[in-house]
Amino acid sequence: MKEKMGTTGLIFNEPLLWEKGSQGRKGMSLPRPDVEDVPLDEALTGEGPDFPDLSELDVVRHFTKLSQWNFGVDSGMYPLGSCTMKYNPKTNERQASLPGFAGAHPLLPPSLSQGALSILHDLQHYLGEVTGLPAVTLQPAAGSHGELTGMLIFAAYHKNKGNPRSKVLIPDTAHGTNPASASLCGFKSVAVQSGPDGVLLPESVAGLMDEDTAGIMITNPNTLGLFEDNIRQVAEVVHQKGGLVYGDGANMNAIMGIVDVAETGVDVLHLNLHKTFSTPHGGGGPGAGPVCVTPELDPFLPVPRVVKEGESFRFDEEYPLSVGKIHGFFGNFGILIRAYSYILSMGKHLKQASQYAVLNANYIKECLKGDFHLPYDRPCMHECVFTDKNQQEHHVATLDMAKRLMDHGFHPPTIYFPLVVSGAIMIEPTESESKETLDLFIDAMKQIAQEAKDCPDCLHESPQFPKVRRLDETAAARKPCLKD
Amino acid sequence: MRYLPHTQEDIDKMLQVAGASDLDALFSSISEDCRRKEALNLPGPLTEWELNGHMDALAANMGASPAYKVFMGAGSYNHYIPEITRQLLLRGEYFTAYTPYQPEISQGTLQTIYEYQTLVCRLLGMDVANASMYDGASALAEALLMTIRISRRNKVAVSRAIHPSYRKVVETYFAPTGFEVVELPVGKDGRTDLAGLAEFGDLAGVALQSPNFFGCIEDLEAAGNTIHTDKKTLFVTSFSEPLAYGLLKPPGACGADIACGEGQSFGIPQSFGGPGLGMFAAKQRYLRTMPGRLIGKTVDRDGKTGFVLTLATREQHIRREKATSNICSNQGLCATASTMYMAALGGTGIRELASLNRNRSEYLKSALAAAGCSSPFTAPTFNEFVVRFPDGFSDTWQALLEKKIVAGLPLAPYYPELSDCWLMCVTETIDKKDIDLMVKEVTQ
Repeated sequence: MKEKMGTTGLIFNEPLLWEKGSQGRKGMSLPRPDVEDVPLDEALTGEGPDFPDLSELDVVRHFTKLSQWNFGVDSGMYPLGSCTMKYNPKTNERQASLPGFAGAHPLLPPSLSQGALSILHDLQHYLGEVTGLPAVTLQPAAGSHGELTGMLIFAAYHKNKGNPRSKVLIPDTAHGTNPASASLCGFKSVAVQSGPDGVLLPESVAGLMDEDTAGIMITNPNTLGLFEDNIRQVAEVVHQKGGLVYGDGANMNAIMGIVDVAETGVDVLHLNLHKTFSTPHGGGGPGAGPVCVTPELDPFLPVPRVVKEGESFRFDEEYPLSVGKIHGFFGNFGILIRAYSYILSMGKHLKQASQYAVLNANYIKECLKGDFHLPYDRPCMHECVFTDKNQQEHHVATLDMAKRLMDHGFHPPTIYFPLVVSGAIMIEPTESESKETLDLFIDAMKQIAQEAKDCPDCLHESPQFPKVRRLDETAAARKPCLKD
Repeated sequence: MRYLPHTQEDIDKMLQVAGASDLDALFSSISEDCRRKEALNLPGPLTEWELNGHMDALAANMGASPAYKVFMGAGSYNHYIPEITRQLLLRGEYFTAYTPYQPEISQGTLQTIYEYQTLVCRLLGMDVANASMYDGASALAEALLMTIRISRRNKVAVSRAIHPSYRKVVETYFAPTGFEVVELPVGKDGRTDLAGLAEFGDLAGVALQSPNFFGCIEDLEAAGNTIHTDKKTLFVTSFSEPLAYGLLKPPGACGADIACGEGQSFGIPQSFGGPGLGMFAAKQRYLRTMPGRLIGKTVDRDGKTGFVLTLATREQHIRREKATSNICSNQGLCATASTMYMAALGGTGIRELASLNRNRSEYLKSALAAAGCSSPFTAPTFNEFVVRFPDGFSDTWQALLEKKIVAGLPLAPYYPELSDCWLMCVTETIDKKDIDLMVKEVTQ
């Protein structure tokens, strides 16, 4: 394709739901009344919510039009760093919507829920195999919920040793959720500076690690897209003082089938099934954030646990050291089915997925490093981080370039993160993208670098093609309007 | 593998550009002692058709609705889901998008969630709603932590009639914090007994669920007045069945400071307990201490209306350890489903559907009472109620599974004092014929 992918087309305006409709319309078929009406005490009865009345087609058109204002992985390349926007296989939607699963009540007796229990049991086993950490809980509903679970395990472990601790070490490259999760558990977070190469130095950790520190939270590969090559030494420093090592597995997509996470010294790791294991992000969720731990920490995992007896499965609550329950039922089961289906579809190809994800990122890095400043010029993992340093002299910033990418038909990369890199542009292509698509993306980025020199205002005025142009976020926050 | 587009030719060309001799060379920065010694030991890979067969077999090994008649609610409700919800949700633009960090190309998600926030406020009679929490249980835990931030007190009271799983999650969230959770007893009528409230001293928040776990509708207005005799105490209302608010006076009209609960009933499959939808709403004055994402209305450079993520200064990626919560991913697509569902149902429809749920549930209640099985509680109920069965009912219950009937939830594991009681639920998916059959079976 010679032309750039982004173009203009017919797009519809669509009002808010309650600006449509007319009282008395109905968009849903309701069963016929077949029993006597038993009115409720007037004192408890309200007037009913003020929802608009719409016809079925009103509803269909409304949400169809709205969806057309969105960009998803199905629309095009979505190289959002740290988010692993890989293809979300359609067959997984079929599996999750099978009536036996979709219609299953969570409190069914075990005799009526063997199918679901066997999925939970086997998925735990598969995730244990991929990470090397064999004890697994599937209850956390998202990555940050997994982090919270991990920090609860830290707290429970030290308390059980009779030695509760008050601090957690967190590198400056960490996701913002890490310190927030630690503080939810009452830990004070202590920042660790990464070294000049962008990775942690054992001596900086040694200088901060003491016997009041519960452990460290490490993202590996880190948010600069680099493998923490001192991780074993860092873990040793932490373990020597009786601490634990938490691994933020958001970036697991780089290392499946290659790294044994347990061998790196990590004791607790969360995975994001909505990143590495292809489940859809749904415009913000639902995700799933399973936590994998060493056998030593197994007793602390949340309850209920799935156990296998002979050929059948059941839930078990009898784990006195458990941190307790962290979800109303057993986690986001519908998401777990999708990840399970993905793993069965991929099998040994999971390793190739990681290899190609890393290949794609290195290819982009090499192709663009002549045009964009690369703060850490070394082989990267599944993502690479550039900055806007070369474009600053033309008064073009990362934000302008990100917005311009939309006109080219690409979702922008993650920007201004990690915080340790000024004006960061964090590109994660994933293994889903072919060489042709990567070449189009690289070409778009190069054109933007050229435009920065020739026509900075073209970038300042971008995007031009989407439904709306740049939005006034300051006004939105100053005078919040959060509902009609 | 069809998800991997790389041909050998592509790989060779790309390796050359990357300056690596082979794929392994890309991982040279990883030391030998961090590596796996053996290949991944996983089943598969399965073809699409093999996977279908495997999953069909597992799904067949379940006792799910509609093949089974399940008279069980307890936080997960079998309601009809219109086909339009299912199909619209499958639009890839919705379900393959990330969190709307780039608003210009995320207006679909953003307007939808703005509509969700508005409809949730209208449902609950509250001022502001967030973009969702994980589920009803974590929403309650976060609401109670919020009362502690606001009041600067360190003790909360939670009704024993709140869903037992929600209370367990609250305990988990509170365990490492040092804050205290005390339990409020249940009165004879099945509602929370607030008579001893003052004895607990300074409370940050008091939480009630309505309809509560026993299906009883709490007198929220009276409870609100009692709780607010201490002006610093916040009144938190929880729920597991939002459809009840098609009929009931909303929490906001009863003085609730925070209203939160599970939204699964609104267009989301039961799916063995998740994903569900944590609905979370509060009074305007508590906006800045709320957890979770918020979508706000604004304008673009041309003055055109648009929507953005806003007030992010409360959130983890900006405030880090000082954030109001660590939540990041929420239940966006479930919130989207519920918005579609509320839109399809409409104000007229929700009233009608809520009444139908109550009427059919009342019909079962009277039929069981006529057969000599009555409820230990007297308070009015919505679509669930507790019933006491004679000795030996466990065997009947077990035998009915063979007939594809799940005759309620046994309460013994949750409430030892109600060990001869079952929690029954009837929604619009169970009609008079099903009810008559079940009553005949359990009372013969």
